Amino acid sequence: MDWTWFHRLASPPHVYRIAGTLTPWFAWPAGLLIVAALYGGLVLAPPDYQQGDGFRIIYVHAPSAWLSLMIYSTMATAAAIGLIWRMKVAHAAAASCAAVGAWFTVVSLVTGMLWGKPMWGTYWVWDPRLTAQLILLFLYLGYMGLRAGIEDTARADKASAVLAIVGIVNVPIIRFSVEWWNSIHQAPSVMKMDRPSMPADMLVPLLMMLVGFTLYFVAVLLVRLRAEILRRERASSWVREAATA
Amino acid sequence: MNPPPAGRASWATAGRLVLERDLRLAFRRSGQLVQPLAFFAVITLLFPLALTPELARLREVAPGVLWIAALLSSLLALEFLFRDDAHDGTLEQFVLSGQSLTLLLFAKTVAHWMLTGLPLAVMAPVVGVALGVPLQALPGILAALALGTVTLSLVGAIGAGLTLGVKRGGVLLSLLTLPLAVPILVFGARATELAIKGADYAGPMYLLAALAVLGLTLAPLAAAAAVRIGLE
Amino acid sequence: MLAVRNFHVFRGDRHVLRGVSFDLAAGCCLQVTGVNGAGKTTLLRALCGLVDVEEGSLLWRGAAIERSASAFHAELGYLGHDAPLKADLTGRENVRYAVGLRRPLAAATVVRGLERVGAGAFADRPVRSLSAGQRRRIAFAALWLCGVPLWILDEPNTNLDTQGQALVAGLIEEQLAAGGLVVAAVHQELDLPPGRRVDLVIPGGR
Repeated sequence: MDWTWFHRLASPPHVYRIAGTLTPWFAWPAGLLIVAALYGGLVLAPPDYQQGDGFRIIYVHAPSAWLSLMIYSTMATAAAIGLIWRMKVAHAAAASCAAVGAWFTVVSLVTGMLWGKPMWGTYWVWDPRLTAQLILLFLYLGYMGLRAGIEDTARADKASAVLAIVGIVNVPIIRFSVEWWNSIHQAPSVMKMDRPSMPADMLVPLLMMLVGFTLYFVAVLLVRLRAEILRRERASSWVREAATA
Repeated sequence: MNPPPAGRASWATAGRLVLERDLRLAFRRSGQLVQPLAFFAVITLLFPLALTPELARLREVAPGVLWIAALLSSLLALEFLFRDDAHDGTLEQFVLSGQSLTLLLFAKTVAHWMLTGLPLAVMAPVVGVALGVPLQALPGILAALALGTVTLSLVGAIGAGLTLGVKRGGVLLSLLTLPLAVPILVFGARATELAIKGADYAGPMYLLAALAVLGLTLAPLAAAAAVRIGLE
Repeated sequence: MLAVRNFHVFRGDRHVLRGVSFDLAAGCCLQVTGVNGAGKTTLLRALCGLVDVEEGSLLWRGAAIERSASAFHAELGYLGHDAPLKADLTGRENVRYAVGLRRPLAAATVVRGLERVGAGAFADRPVRSLSAGQRRRIAFAALWLCGVPLWILDEPNTNLDTQGQALVAGLIEEQLAAGGLVVAAVHQELDLPPGRRVDLVIPGGR
């Protein structure tokens, strides 16, 4: 089988151009969706019968929590592609994912704590979701620490790829163990996002927010990927030509 | 005068030789051998000093104390699992031996468990008594720690391989390994807690065993990949 | 028997090997020279598959070798810049563990190997108490006992006295006479019959 098309498709200058072209196609819909969802969620949606207006933080909390996991899987997939097919652009994509994912994990933790204050009367409760998010944050930090610790980029790529793959295998196990741990100790779990009873005028803005956040992530990833490619290819002729043009 | 011709060594011989070599090396440096054990004892000693000398209260925190102390002292020894061998070129010779690197590193991991995990598990009942644990709970504690440290050594081997190329990788090794060790801690501490209460601790032991099986199948492959990258 | 086509290797951003090619027949020694930093060690490690090769191919017995092919590794012996020995073990133990991974090994065979390199007198001392030259001899005993057709040597004469250098030259000649191959990175040219030597100069050093 001829794989040259595959490698040409994945060549850094090609990806750099494509990513540049695609960025606005994700950035604009993301912005519009997020603004619309904010209006829907903060203004149009009725207050929760139990939590009043406090529940509205879900419009930031839930999409961040979703993205933090989604980005880790994206990172691990890109890393695996880079490792198996020795594709440098995939490694660059994985590297661009890490900080964004860690940031969304932090956002989900902070919003979870802010939400917890009126619900539980305290900022931190060892809720299984929050605990699992905290461990996820450490997985991200370990990944970034390993990258920073190895000077040679090619080696850092491969080592962190192995770590990302080991991590993604472990994420479900860690989640299961934390749920199991929580079920034994019966801490209060107020944060149930999967309530089927959520009325449509609350749910629709939430779904819009999920899509908006995801599109936003793709746009940010494309921008970061372009920067990462430039940094890695700084010695090559096409970057110099682009810089002087 | 040419060297005597001979066939290939079997994988079983190769694995046994690596195991034997690591054990012999460890006993030549028996001072380093007792360090993780002493560390384990010191940490558990700190808890009564920091909390309370009352055995009844110590008994409640004993599972956590034992497991966290075991986790940390096992990590202490992990840093040197591959480092010396990478430094003096032994790991390169492993890669070039024509044997499966996965197998040879697995043998090293087994040696590591025999030198840290197993002695820790054997020592835990002694420390447990000092924490007010009833005598009938001691077999359960020993079994849970022996099983849990197997997985811990396997997961730690991946981290040790990944941090080969990192200068002063000790702290990073902990940062990589500890989050991955959360399930071991959760199930292991629960089994210990049930054993102390005199309840049936089979449930969490099955979960620990499941983790060990998963670790035995996947972790050596990841560790071999990590070491290969670290040697470049 | 061994052929390398157009090897390109990068170390970080540095393009170290720019299209190295050679052919080596059975019974021949490839002598690799070049200034410090030219990439001699990198070439040897790339041949072993210890370094990622960006581009190019390696043929052994006419077949292309994938990286980390254990069948190929079983036929090669690599001796790097430092002797791969454990300081806490004796020379005899080191040889036993290193060679035992590759082939069944009787105690008498280990003795033969150690005597072949003149290490019999200090074989039972811990390696940490030995001089660099003595360590090198023990490493050569292990290499010799492996009985593999391809030797890859990084500056084989380092740290050796005149006798030791003569010993290494003898070992290499034997290896070639038996139809084996040697790839050696050297600073001083090896003294070999002209028909047995192939020269490769790596240019540069940046």
